[in-house]
Parts: sequence; C-alpha cells; structure tokens
Amino acid sequence: MDYHLNHLKELEAESIFVIREVAAQFENPVLMFSGGKDSILMVYLAQKAFYPARIPFPLLHIDTGHNFPEAIEYRDNLVKRLGVRLMVGSVQEAIDKGLVVEEKGYNASRNGLQTVALLEALEKGKFDAALGGARRDEEKARAKERFFSHRDEFGQWNPKNQRPELWNLFNSKKNFGEHFRVFPISNWTELDVWQYLALEKVELPSLYFAHKRMVFERDGNLLADCEFIQKRPTEVPKEMMVRCRTIGDMTCTGVAPSSADTVEKIIQEIATTRITERGGRADDKRSETSMEDRKKQGYF
Amino acid sequence: MSDDIYKYEDMELLRFTTAGSVDDGKSTLIGRLLYDSKSIFQDQYEAIEATSLRRGESEVNLAYLTDGLKAEREQGITIDVAYRYFSTPKRKFIIADTPGHIQYTRNMVTGASTANVALILIDARNGVVEQTRRHAIIASLLQIPHLLVCINKMDLVDYKEEAYHKIHQEFEKFASKLDIKDVSFIPISALKGDNVVDRSSRMTWYEGPTLLYYLENVHIASDHNFIDVRFPVQYVVRPHSDEFHDYRGYAGRVAGGVIKKGDKVMVLPSGFTSKVAKINTFDGEINEAFPPMSATVLLEDDIDISRGDMIVRENNSPEATQDLEIMVCWFNDRPLQPRGKYTILHTSQEARCIIKEVRYKMDINTLHRNTDDKDIKMNDIARIVVRTTKPLFVDSYNKNRITGSVILVDEGTNETMGAGMII
Repeated sequence: MDYHLNHLKELEAESIFVIREVAAQFENPVLMFSGGKDSILMVYLAQKAFYPARIPFPLLHIDTGHNFPEAIEYRDNLVKRLGVRLMVGSVQEAIDKGLVVEEKGYNASRNGLQTVALLEALEKGKFDAALGGARRDEEKARAKERFFSHRDEFGQWNPKNQRPELWNLFNSKKNFGEHFRVFPISNWTELDVWQYLALEKVELPSLYFAHKRMVFERDGNLLADCEFIQKRPTEVPKEMMVRCRTIGDMTCTGVAPSSADTVEKIIQEIATTRITERGGRADDKRSETSMEDRKKQGYF
Repeated sequence: MSDDIYKYEDMELLRFTTAGSVDDGKSTLIGRLLYDSKSIFQDQYEAIEATSLRRGESEVNLAYLTDGLKAEREQGITIDVAYRYFSTPKRKFIIADTPGHIQYTRNMVTGASTANVALILIDARNGVVEQTRRHAIIASLLQIPHLLVCINKMDLVDYKEEAYHKIHQEFEKFASKLDIKDVSFIPISALKGDNVVDRSSRMTWYEGPTLLYYLENVHIASDHNFIDVRFPVQYVVRPHSDEFHDYRGYAGRVAGGVIKKGDKVMVLPSGFTSKVAKINTFDGEINEAFPPMSATVLLEDDIDISRGDMIVRENNSPEATQDLEIMVCWFNDRPLQPRGKYTILHTSQEARCIIKEVRYKMDINTLHRNTDDKDIKMNDIARIVVRTTKPLFVDSYNKNRITGSVILVDEGTNETMGAGMII
C-alpha cells in the first residue's frame, strides 16, 4: 500500500494543523477576513479544522469604506452560512475620530490607514492572535515570514527578532499586550490556492470572474472607475471585460483584462500569465521595499 | 481543460534545503531553477533587470531574485531562512534557502528540520571546504533522508571529469563517517545552466540525471515513519450541537504509523485502552490515517483525553520519560545556562525542564567531541541531559523526526533558545 498525499492535500493538512494550533495555544484568536480568495480559503480550512464544530473564533474585516459591493455581499452570506461572528474595523471611523488623516489627490488610498484601524480593532477586541491569509510567494518581504509571527506591544514586526521555527513546534509565548500574526497558508502559491478552490468547488465572489466593467488606465494598470478615485482629465473610462486577481480596497486594486469566466479558465490564465498577482497593486509599487516598510509598522 | 486541473492531484510536495557559502553560486542556482522552470514572472524579472542595470552589471543577475529584506540587500548577505517556491508538472518544490556562514548554523538547522533533501553546493575550483563538511554534518544530524552534492562552476574548470571525480571521492571519504543514507553527485554550472534543467552538452562523460530530474524523481514516499503509530492529541473537538450532542473528537496530525478504524489503541499518559470507532474529516469518514495527515479520531470508550496526550498502539508505545539525552543546537546570543530552567515543547506537550549536564560540545567542522569546553553559545551544537517536570512520550529522532524533536524556550524572554534531537 502506497501512503502518500498529493501536494494540495499535504498543504491542507499543514494549514489545518496550524489553525488548530492557534485555537489550542491562544485564548482569543481572530481570523482577518479581507474578502479575497486567500481569506476565503482560510475560512474554508478553518471550517475543515473544527468540523463538525463551528469555527471557534470570529472573523475581523477591516473596512476601508471603499469596497467592491460584491465583496461585502459575499462576506455577509458566508458569515450567515457558517454561523460565525463578524467584527468590522472601520477606517472611516478612524478618520472621523481623527486617529488618521486621509490622503489627498489622484493617488489617494486608504490602504496605509488600514494598519491603524487593524491595530485599533485588535486592541479593542483584546485579540492575542490574528490569523491571516498571507503567502510567502506573494512578495519578497514575505518570503521570510514565519507561521507564527511575533508582534511587539506596538503591533510592529521586527524582521531581526523573529523566532526560528523547526519541525512542527510553534512557540506562542508572549508578554502581556503583545500578539501574534499567524499565517497558516504560508506555503501555498497563487496557483495552489486556485487549484485547491477548484478541486474543492468552493464558491467565490463574482469579482474574480471576467465581467464587464467601466475601467481606466493609470501607470500601466487598469483601475475600476468608481466614486472613490479622483481621475485626471486625461483618464477616460471605457467598458472592458476584466477580472480581479486580488480583492482589496477599490482605490488600489488593479483589474486585468480577461475572458476567464470559470475557475478552470482562471487556472489556465494564471499558469500562462507572466505578471505576479500583486503586480497590479498600486500600494506595492510606491517603492521597492514598500511591503517591508508597511509590515514593520504592523500592516497585515 | 476541465480535465487539466485534476492532473495536479498527482503532484507531490518536496521540501529541500540549500546551503552554500556566499561565493558558491547558491543564489544563482536558485535563480536558475526558478527562471528555467518558468516560475519567474515578468514584473519580477523586470525588477531584477533594473537592479542589475542600476548596479552596473552587464547581464541580468538571477541571484537578485532571492535577495530578501532591505537590511540584507544593503549588507549583501542573507541573514535568515527564506522560502522559495516553484513547481513542475510532477512536483511542487519548497526551497528553504539558508545562508552558509558559520554564524548561521542555526538557520541551516531550521531549514533542515523539515527537508526531504539537502542540496549542498561545492565550488569545483575549491573542492570540499570547511563549510561543505559543516553542511553535511548538519544534514546528517537533522536526518535529512537524501543528500545531493552539486559540484558547481564546472565551467571554470573546463568541464573536466577529473575535477568532478576528485571532489566526489574526497566527499565520499568524509561522508562515510556520517549517518547519511542516500548521497548523489551532479556536476553543474548554475551560471551557464549546465545539468540544472537541461542536460549539458559539454560534460558528455557524465551520465547521471540533471538536477531538476533528480528533484522530480528522488523517492520520498518512504521518508515518513509508517510503522509506529503516534497520534499526539492537538485539540478536542466538541460541537455542543443538537446534531452532534455527545461528539468528542481528538484532532491532530499523524506523527507516525497508520491508524485504522477498529484498531486497539492505548492513550498516554493514562494507559487506558480503547478501539478506534471512527476517523473523521470534513470530507467524510476515512478508514485509515497516516503521516502527515490531519484527522480527527473518535474512540469507542469515553476516556478523559486532552491536548498533550498521545494515542498509540497497545504493543508499540514511545518511551515515557523525564530524563532526555539531547543533541541541541543553540539559537540565542545568551548562552545555555548549566542548571538553567527552560520551557520545553514536544509534540503538543509542554513542560519545564532543567539542564542537568552538558556532556560535550561538538565541533561541527570535524565531528570532534570536546568534553572540556562546555560553554554553549549561539550556533553551537552540544549533547546535553535534561530532566523534565513530567514525562514526555518520546522516540529517538532517528526513528521519528516529529516525536523525537523538542525546542527550549526562555521563561523570561519567551524566545526560542534551542532545538533538540532526542538520542
């Protein structure tokens, strides 16, 4: 008898192990839910980890107020179906309370402000572990991220002071006020995520599939035409068949021309595509090390 | 197309660690593997192209692909384990990319802890050097099942067979002293691409596989222990719902052996016995569970079981002991404290322990056991004796990498201080 798991089942087993480890080792974990496919995968894996019990921690959505309506609709249905608690941290609220000042101008984005709203929500909920759907293949600053990533009392990530991780032993010890970010799908690639979602027939937000939308071009990227982005006079929207490769804040999530209207076609598209999925993210392009800098401050 | 996605069901996962010194061409080799297997995206390529140009290099330097954090790029060194991913239609690969310098022994140990294959790079001009020996010793200590020696920069020795054979023999002579089961050798040039993905036309004397062919085909199916059943209980699933009122499932990841429905099992530490009533997953009931599966086990009898307990076969149990002999690798700049107390983590168990004795420090370049120098500092490897506050259920690391490993945690700073392999 040949006992072996294929790569997706092995990744699944590893992620379930990490998610259960969080439930066992922390008192008050929370799952950061962005509405994107990676956090959808996370919720799905958490469901598997505790079946037939419910997921024993709430979901936390950091709402920039600039959402694709389709993403919010999907989120609300998911929460209802699984019977989990949803908490929302609002960037608009942080702006209204004067915690942060909103950026102005053509490239204004609330992406950076998310960090403040996130840290505030984590503190308010007294969460000691925040599960996230980040993957190491996404961006170079993430390639060295741990499964259990320690954050100090300011929520900051110190790349030089991360704990070594060996075998499957995770050290979650911390002082009062500190917390952990935990990344159970660290070892998945974009293609793995899609293949798995396809094989498991997981329902996804319509945004990921090719649809007609008014878009305009900026710095070589296509952005969705919406009330949250100030357009330059030269930027004229036109209707195109597009789909999102990541789902985030509307102001910085690029869309890509595509005719892929099924998961199978998306996989085919990704397998042949030559641009990384974060290639369309305006927030990563600000400087060569922008992800690393944001992470140090406590970005997700 | 719809059939295509199901092809991925046959892909296996292989984890390998790379070690080499700064000049061995390790970054170039990884860059080459990623580039030739078409795992590099256009925007990533353009970014390293721009960096190469800015630094006045004449060609695109593939080594920049694996450059990590800002601090490291400024210093031109890699200071931590970085994970890289690529895949071919046959396998998905996870590379634990570790720096080779002596002060990074701890990183090599970290990368090695989960690897199926250790890839060691040797500069064909220099032959077996101190670092080569260190890498091989660590691979042997960490019981990486397969060792692959790539003799690199063959282009700089005119692709000569003699250069390759000399190093091959030199390495084998040294490796015979180690506990390594499977060693292979490949002559390559990472820079020119010889024998990396494509077979070299300049080394017709070499008849073995290319590097990628080796990685795609090395036999890893028996790298786990499928004989001795070890199921550390990680979490108890209790739904408290009407539908699953009395449900009590023991969730965990199989650390060894094959657990079957109907098996007679024993629970440690209580020693109570029962039978496996069901093995449950979200996707339905299964008849058997094996490493590295995550599953939920239900027993026929209502026994009190919690996290840290272990389910095993009645006639095949690990040693329950408070006294452990350990090979430890020290990770922290605060040295090991003789008689010091630490938290010890083992599978899903946690206890406190005291360091009773340092037996010797091992010279990781020569394997020499130094019984006089017992100051264990960062990156040192030593044999120690610890006593724990409660029994742990252990196997020797040789027998099982999961139930044979521990980490030591500082009770004040919470930092991971050391990683240990049970002898």
